[in-house]
Amino acid sequence: MTDQPLLSIRDFSLDFDTFDGVYHAIDDVNIDLHTGEALGIVGETGCGKSVTAKSILQLLPSPPARVTSGEIWLDGENFLTLDAKSIQKKRGIDVSMIFQDPMTYLNPVFTIGQQLVDVILAHQRLKPVGNRINKAAAKTRAMELLERVRLPNPERQFDSYPHELSGGMRQRILIAQALSGHPKILIADEPTTALDVTIQAQILDLIKDLINELGLSVVLITHDLGVVASICTRVVIMYAGQVVEDASVNEIFDNPKHPYTKGLLAAVPHPTQRASTLTGIPGNLPNLLDPPSGCRFRERCPLVREKCSERPRWTTLSDYHGIACWEFSESKHA
Amino acid sequence: MLDIKDLKVHFDTSKPLKRKTIVKAVNGVNLSLAKGDALGLVGESGSGKSTIGKAILHLVPITNGSIKIDGFETNPLSRKIERELRRRAQMIFQDPHSALNPRLPVLRSVAEPLVLHTDLRGSELRTKVAELLETVGLPSQFLYRYPHELSGGQKQRVCIARAIALNPDLLILDEPTSALDVSVQAQILEFLKELQIKFSLSFLFISHDLSVIRHLCNRVAVMYLGEIVEEGLTTDIFHSPKHPYTQALLNAVPFPQAEQPDREAPLTGDIPSPVDLPIGCNFSTRCPKMMKGTCETTSPILSELSKTRKVACHLHS
Amino acid sequence: MSTEVAYLTWRQRHHSTIRAVRLYARTFARNSSAMFGLFLVMLIVITAIIAPWIVPYPEDAIGAVHLDLKLMPPSWDHWFGTDEVGNDVFTRVIMGTRITLQIACTVTGIAILIGVPLGMIAGYTGGYTQEVIMRITDIFLGVPGLILAIAIVGALGPGIINAMLALSLVWWPGYVRLVQAKTLSIKNDIYVQAAQSMGAKRLRIVFVHILPNCSSPIIVKASMDMGMSILGAASLGFLGLGAQPPEPEWGSMISIARNYLPDWWWYSFFPGLAIFLTVMGFNLLGDGLRDILDPQHRE
Repeated sequence: MTDQPLLSIRDFSLDFDTFDGVYHAIDDVNIDLHTGEALGIVGETGCGKSVTAKSILQLLPSPPARVTSGEIWLDGENFLTLDAKSIQKKRGIDVSMIFQDPMTYLNPVFTIGQQLVDVILAHQRLKPVGNRINKAAAKTRAMELLERVRLPNPERQFDSYPHELSGGMRQRILIAQALSGHPKILIADEPTTALDVTIQAQILDLIKDLINELGLSVVLITHDLGVVASICTRVVIMYAGQVVEDASVNEIFDNPKHPYTKGLLAAVPHPTQRASTLTGIPGNLPNLLDPPSGCRFRERCPLVREKCSERPRWTTLSDYHGIACWEFSESKHA
Repeated sequence: MLDIKDLKVHFDTSKPLKRKTIVKAVNGVNLSLAKGDALGLVGESGSGKSTIGKAILHLVPITNGSIKIDGFETNPLSRKIERELRRRAQMIFQDPHSALNPRLPVLRSVAEPLVLHTDLRGSELRTKVAELLETVGLPSQFLYRYPHELSGGQKQRVCIARAIALNPDLLILDEPTSALDVSVQAQILEFLKELQIKFSLSFLFISHDLSVIRHLCNRVAVMYLGEIVEEGLTTDIFHSPKHPYTQALLNAVPFPQAEQPDREAPLTGDIPSPVDLPIGCNFSTRCPKMMKGTCETTSPILSELSKTRKVACHLHS
Repeated sequence: MSTEVAYLTWRQRHHSTIRAVRLYARTFARNSSAMFGLFLVMLIVITAIIAPWIVPYPEDAIGAVHLDLKLMPPSWDHWFGTDEVGNDVFTRVIMGTRITLQIACTVTGIAILIGVPLGMIAGYTGGYTQEVIMRITDIFLGVPGLILAIAIVGALGPGIINAMLALSLVWWPGYVRLVQAKTLSIKNDIYVQAAQSMGAKRLRIVFVHILPNCSSPIIVKASMDMGMSILGAASLGFLGLGAQPPEPEWGSMISIARNYLPDWWWYSFFPGLAIFLTVMGFNLLGDGLRDILDPQHRE
């Protein structure tokens, strides 16, 4: 991809100051999102995918979170240096985010219609007084959004309370809220993990259609490789706060290179092809209070060698495939 | 070795002075398991699959039905039969993080079934527990660790050690790997496979994850709103599902592969609540192949299509 | 099949507990008000232990009379002054720490012994038993504590034993409420279901699984209650219903001293100060304990 990325995370590192010491959560991460792309960030617990995403909108409480290096560029602005007021203007307008459990993100004492109208009106306050729409117009817009997210019976559901709706419907409402400010980027953090399989399929379908209809760019954070395969065009694999592989979805599944990616793929059961054995990855996550130097996967890697204690240089294997592993940079390196 | 006939578990959630509400979590289920079988029980929320597991162990009150384990009728439960039940059937629970008492070290958690059902005490007990830990791949240092010091996978292993302590015949596994990372899940699943062979266990594997069921189970029963809608050999069901709900489920499962198969449109609507069940077939409100008249008025019965296949659908009766 | 088992040292075996205690201690130490509370409580406890050996006029604590020394202001001979029968107020206040702590421990102890089991039974058994226990508890809680205590002492007759009994009867319902609520939430935890599925009987589940997990709120409430029961005893003493003179109980001292205000202020002031510091000490300690035992804090 040679065009300028829409969102660019560069050399990003972040620590958490905890009681037990400094937790080096993110180490030198580089991720790009291009317009119209559906980027999947995949990893297991502790890989830092959620932390990275939340940092874009400065959603991590700080302290204890502390950015130690890097920038996050969108539209020529470094989001990490924006002050509280400025980043507030970006939330929901340039970048929106939806999360895993819709119930905890909806206020139980207000109807969903009210909450949606509130969000729309809140975005209006950032515009000059003359350009703001009134409450009635906001309500109309809210109904439009509910239809766009394919909520059945929007007129009736407008006056429902969150606890009266199912998980799938609540997630649609969150998506509607997220879209109300016409963001360029939607970040979805495990949006379907808490949903049943058939409902998950509906929501994933919805997200796919929204990408096409609205020209939305999406960052999808998940641990589920199946979900990634169904929506994403590009995938970034993270391990213990580092990016280990970055490739198009075809390359990741058909041509995985990094030992961790391969290990991950070998561990996932397939619904129709029965593998004879699933192989796990031996060992445990490193302790990020005192992480190993260089590649953090080296203590579990079948291909480990001495050089791995030095941070692998990022190697571009092809236009669609990048990797952080000495195994693949030696041959290219003079 | 497990034979369930017409199991019904109804919960009365009526509030005083309001309309009577009964949640029919399990509504007339027939199930059987032969020794060495691994039967997968698949369904979404409200299907009743977890409730069946709990009912077998009498963790929920049973409204009606017969549950025979190794020929012993366990419903209703008498004291004598209860001892037999506890020795023969054990459960691995969904969330390993809360399945262990946070105040007890591993030794005491795993020893509990032994303390309750055997005379082992003191150093003999410790030795037996250490053996069990070894079987699940944990070194003896873990005897004195507390749950919060263990990883998810380690906790689940401790739970497995606890469950096999009395050499049960039947292991009920309720979403044992849902809360674990993929790589850890793989290890635990492979380990469970080995365990089944080594100890000739029968598994009742409850899950919403079709891929996991495919991997581990030789037979599958699909549940929807408290009833079994399809049952058969795993390969058959996954290859040619007969019931529209099974088809919809398989259609909805995302495939971890680059080439995505052509799919039907996903199933519309939400899962109805088990309180207000539709008249007629439970699935009629969402079924793409619903036949007006028949499906809305009469409930299909689970009938045999072949020796190893049963379906509850008017399309196949 | 031999397995190398318990050849682990004591330290290795209790490694987890040691680490947890260290963590608690460190967290506690960072909280200055909690440390101050701990200091005050330790001060009271040590004073109570060594009291008979440090008081300058031990006979004053048991009722000696020196009318020639009556109502003298604080001086080098009598740090806290003297009371209306010439007794050294300092001596009486120091000896009073013993009675005070006795009352606090007894009342809280009895309240726990009655309230905790009842609460667990109510929470775990549910149904009719729960209703009965909770309604009785509600009745007790419906009457203002002190009034109830006064009524009980009134019926039994004044005296320190009866005062302790009365206060215990007032205090146990609070524990029932607390423990019942906690039991209800623990009852649904998976490890309880696991124990049930292994055939554990009710009694075992309650004592092995539920009680240890209730201990945190009980400990916090107990430390707060120490302070409150001292206040309760002092109030009863103040009304003449608790300890009787010549026992050096702070409340009863103030009850008499009140008549000598404001001219002979020291007689009320020092016992009052003692009550204040003791209650505050326990409250601060309780707050500190709650902060470290609060599950949100624990990691």
